[in-house]
Amino acid sequence: MTIFNLYIFDRNGTCLYYREWNRTRQSGLAKEEEFKLMYGMLFSLKSFITRMSPTDQKEGLLNLRTNQYKLHFYETATGLKFVMNTDINEAASAPNVTALLHEIYQSIYVEFVVKNRLCALDKPIESEIFHRKLDDYIRGLPMFATKTSS
Amino acid sequence: MYGIYIINRAGGLIYQYDHNMSRVEVEKTFSYPLELVLKIFDEKVVVDFGQRDGIKVGHTVLAINGIAAVGRQLEDGRDIQELIETEENYPIAIKFGRPKLTTNEKIMLAGMFHSLFAIASQLSPEAKSSGIQVIETDTFKLHCSQTLTGWFLCVYTFVNINNSIKFMVIADPKHGSQDALLKRLYEIYADYALKNPFYSIDMPIRCELFDTSLQECVEQAERMSYGGV
Repeated sequence: MTIFNLYIFDRNGTCLYYREWNRTRQSGLAKEEEFKLMYGMLFSLKSFITRMSPTDQKEGLLNLRTNQYKLHFYETATGLKFVMNTDINEAASAPNVTALLHEIYQSIYVEFVVKNRLCALDKPIESEIFHRKLDDYIRGLPMFATKTSS
Repeated sequence: MYGIYIINRAGGLIYQYDHNMSRVEVEKTFSYPLELVLKIFDEKVVVDFGQRDGIKVGHTVLAINGIAAVGRQLEDGRDIQELIETEENYPIAIKFGRPKLTTNEKIMLAGMFHSLFAIASQLSPEAKSSGIQVIETDTFKLHCSQTLTGWFLCVYTFVNINNSIKFMVIADPKHGSQDALLKRLYEIYADYALKNPFYSIDMPIRCELFDTSLQECVEQAERMSYGGV
């Protein structure tokens, strides 16, 4: 399993943070445009899902898969959205990525952004320590290393 | 399984079949004044605030005192909001539930899926990505397959929330059977719609043989997946 990239959006659709690790293809758009497109897709997808759902939902969207990647989605109660793209080869031992996103929120975002006085919550995150902690965390994951060369 | 949508290459919905749609409905008798806050949304009366007793925000008024609602009015022509605001009408029995999709909404959702499909492949971090194949949510799972000629087939199925982890493990063989089901549906389409001389391509499918064999195929697939787990 490989991790391609991570987007963090706030409730208004601003992209607070973007980082890529093993991404092999760019979308051909300016980064700003790509964030808008991604947020727009998630927004419509959420409305699509609530309407299609046969029963009432709690968490709503969990993930989405194509033949090349899998998009994992986690939304906090405050509307903060964590989106991570991974490849689709899921080993049985791989942890649930949604739980992993929750972990990033809980032990990295809350600790180093929310508790950091210098970070404005509605502005893109520029904190060096957040950046470093997140990078270490992602690179330290067992699933990060197992790159399937295809 | 909940249903099947067939979308043509232009994003138009050409066939839709509902199967086992379970309905969420709550009926409750209220006294004046009503604790719930209702609003008009999309020509329907929707709960805006005051979630209680299984009535959730977003549920619509389905019936009042046993008379079904049609849009903002009851079947007998009375306006729902006026009825609820008048004290003489109380106690009042209101039935709430998840709004049922109208045909227009289904057509709109099909078009929406078509564009989401395209955006998902554009945003791919890896080269040569297809569009959406599976969408997983906490209440259902949607499988989609695109045929060589650009048509879409969507099946959406139920996920049991309580054993979702278990489901994920067993899901692989089961997922295989979903692909097989989609393929089988395409065969039915080719056999009973395309080979029908009265069927014109890209138009909604109205063909009895197609309906019956599709239904049969769905029921058979369901029996098989229940047997398998």
